[in-house]
Amino acid sequence: MSTPRKQVILGAYLGGVNHHTAWWHPAAGSQIDFSSFEHTARTAERGKFDFFFLAEGLILRERAGQIFDQDIIGRPDTFTVLASIAAVTEHLGLAGTINATFNEPYELARQLASLDHLSDGRAAWNVVTSFDAFTGQNFRRGGFLDPADRYVRAEETLNAVRALWDSWEAEDLVADKDSGRFLARPDAGAFAFHGSQFDISGRFTVPRSPQGRPVILQAGVSPQGRDFAAANADAIFSPFGKLPEAADFYRDIKARAVAAGRAAEDIKILPSASFVLGDTEAEAIEKFHAIRNEQVTGQTALILLEQIWNRDLSGYDPEGPVPDIDPDPAAPPIIQGRAFVHQDRFATVERLRQVAEAKQLTLREVVIDQFERGPLVGTPTQVAEQIDSFVQNNGSDGFILGSHLVPWGIDEFVDKVVPLLQDRGALRTEYTGTTLRDNLGLPNVRSTVAADA
Amino acid sequence: MAPNPLHLGVALDGAGWHPAAWREPNSRPADLFSAGYWTDLVTTAQRGLLDFVSIEDSLAIPEERHARTDDAVDRVRARIDANLIAARIAPVTRHIGLIPTVTTTHTEPFHISKSIATLDYTSRGRAGWQVRVSGTPGEAAHFGRRELRAITATELAEAVASGTFPGEVHDLFDEAADAVEVVRRLWDSWEDGAEIHDVATRRFIDRDKLHYIDFEGRFFSVRGPSITPRPPQGQPVVAALAHGPLIYEFAARGADLVFVTPTREAGPGPIVEQVTAAAARVDRTGEPLRIYADIVVFLDTDETTGPQRLARLNEHAGDEFASDAGIFAGSADELAELLIEWSGRGVDGFRLRPGVAVDDLAAITDRLVPALQRHGVFRTSYPDGSLRALLGLPTTVPNRYATA
Ligand SMILES: Cc1cc2nc3c(=O)[nH]c(=O)nc-3n(C[C@H](O)[C@H](O)[C@H](O)COP(=O)(O)O)c2cc1C
Repeated sequence: MSTPRKQVILGAYLGGVNHHTAWWHPAAGSQIDFSSFEHTARTAERGKFDFFFLAEGLILRERAGQIFDQDIIGRPDTFTVLASIAAVTEHLGLAGTINATFNEPYELARQLASLDHLSDGRAAWNVVTSFDAFTGQNFRRGGFLDPADRYVRAEETLNAVRALWDSWEAEDLVADKDSGRFLARPDAGAFAFHGSQFDISGRFTVPRSPQGRPVILQAGVSPQGRDFAAANADAIFSPFGKLPEAADFYRDIKARAVAAGRAAEDIKILPSASFVLGDTEAEAIEKFHAIRNEQVTGQTALILLEQIWNRDLSGYDPEGPVPDIDPDPAAPPIIQGRAFVHQDRFATVERLRQVAEAKQLTLREVVIDQFERGPLVGTPTQVAEQIDSFVQNNGSDGFILGSHLVPWGIDEFVDKVVPLLQDRGALRTEYTGTTLRDNLGLPNVRSTVAADA
Repeated sequence: MAPNPLHLGVALDGAGWHPAAWREPNSRPADLFSAGYWTDLVTTAQRGLLDFVSIEDSLAIPEERHARTDDAVDRVRARIDANLIAARIAPVTRHIGLIPTVTTTHTEPFHISKSIATLDYTSRGRAGWQVRVSGTPGEAAHFGRRELRAITATELAEAVASGTFPGEVHDLFDEAADAVEVVRRLWDSWEDGAEIHDVATRRFIDRDKLHYIDFEGRFFSVRGPSITPRPPQGQPVVAALAHGPLIYEFAARGADLVFVTPTREAGPGPIVEQVTAAAARVDRTGEPLRIYADIVVFLDTDETTGPQRLARLNEHAGDEFASDAGIFAGSADELAELLIEWSGRGVDGFRLRPGVAVDDLAAITDRLVPALQRHGVFRTSYPDGSLRALLGLPTTVPNRYATA
């Protein structure tokens, strides 16, 4: 026998109201009640997933100055939901998206380390940097960070957070009743961090947590984002669910990690994906098209295109051709508060035009075709095969799966696809370790000495 | 049961409010940061049918103010985030209110608003918030955004006695009052029923039922609306611990409950008068501020009396126990009588601070509560409903932005 089969990493994602979900479906549940989050997490754990993942919103989006009622309408607080999910799961990692611009290192370090304690070592932080002065209107820091500065602050935030976590060693907590010694040294938790963004010092209140350092995730694809992830993250979320872009991204990130002095396997690459299952391939494809057709109404299509064109397109016919005008990158953003920044609007427009032309698609149809994250569509056997071969061929190290049906959509995947992945030897049948780091096959860093050795 | 039942909550702080509590035989100092420890405490409190637990927190390591240097190794010098403890406990409890402490001085009100609202969702209507101001230079240095001057013990004692606080203390409470106002506005920024799920028009929400809060203050401006829909209680319960007229005014401006610290000798009368006067000065309207008296308790157990336990703890600590709140050491029956007597003197309820968390909480549940029930002043089962309902606060909370 050669080396054991590469294990597929699975994260479960609960989408809110957006063009990937179907809140209007008769079988859809609440987007906000805890029961939805609880169900998704419990089901993911039943399917031996690695972690549950929550996105974050810090402001309601606006379109042309009005609250935008189509996207990310209503979300709970990330840390609070994750701590509650810790009570109803035992092994599942708990990954929270938290912005590095609108949070302070001391609080972040404290919340993450507290979550790690309260979950016995299952906390992860998805470090995001997005957002702008618009989002700043909800915060006293306010303000805008240039794209270049976002990652400067993110990197410093992360370094400061790590300095705080490392200010306690595992051995510092003695708690010996007989000798009356609670601390091994009087200055446990003492820290000082001086950088261009932060000048902080004092005592950190949280003893070293079960993982020592909670897992770091990153989502962002700009060159700075990639370097940041390659140097710092345990896993990076990829927007590329289709080969060959996915494989390019995979090679690029692993190469950057090696250049940063790490091993290629120290960073995992995880595209987000949706799935649609059918008893036959034809049924699955038909179901997929029906869902996409429902998700992307004419109005939704125009709104999505407006974000690329950065223009009001409300005069265009969704069943007509792709708009023949140029994008307007210089104008103020038509949709405010969206995380994802389109890097090259002109290239995207050109691609949409070419696809529409080649496949003879209307504006709405081209959106359906292009605004999809690499769906996994087919019979359970086919989907298991797609996932496994994608991972074995280094398209990624796993997937973050979201279903269009909140919260019960993931049940189908767990009931039908997970056993097949397990049969193939690509997914665990039992959790072996206790922490998220164990799930992901990452080294434990409980003691700073071990981590730095 | 009496028409005006006695309200009873407990304040949890690490191993207990006595600095040597962690060394008691039943204490679990190595577990203080684990979910199991907090689950056991809060389910014990729930077994006693208590109204709520509050969970202490601060952004500094716990220390005895002014008493000792912070390099002592014989004290619990660590704590984890109280809101997350409450969130971790929410799904494994059903009735008891959960009131974590969250500091306003350095924390963004937008974050506080959504985290307490979310706790209200995950606890299904049992969330509260104990507002805390952090005035120490040490905590400010953890954030590095501003400097705070240390107020000496003497200055503080003089200020409490005279009622005149230095300007920077006023500022801290003005800022906290703004934070409470922002948080409350954000809770209202979605009307109930803003989620309409209108399939025909494909509208998930009615955007006319979402509101900008447009708060502009001296310390920050916040636009809103919240990202989290209005929580189940509408307005979760807001509480503050207060020791003097300035803080009574702060509580009267924005809180539902004020935790006060009468001495055993004077009783609650003088403080109740001061709180009432403070509420009048700030023109509080609507629901009266509910006054809860804090008492640190050391109760008799099967093995040892309360006073003996306190003496043993003091010996371990090497110090006589001192507290801002009145101290009670004795039997559950005596404590029941004290509570009944005080509740006739203008307080709406009590918040007991267990001297030793595991032991005194067990004694509260197993001894004090039955004693109060024998007197007919305490519930014998939980009613269904939210924390507001349990506390006798109105359960329908008007939304300041509702138009209809
Ligand atoms: C899969 C994925 C999920 C993301 N989720 C969030 C999110 O929940 N909140 C957020 O603020 N940004 C989110 N982002 C945005 C990124 O964190 C990032 O800040 C943004 O893509 C801009 O960074 P870049 O210029 O490096 O690409 C997400 C990005 C990706 C690829």
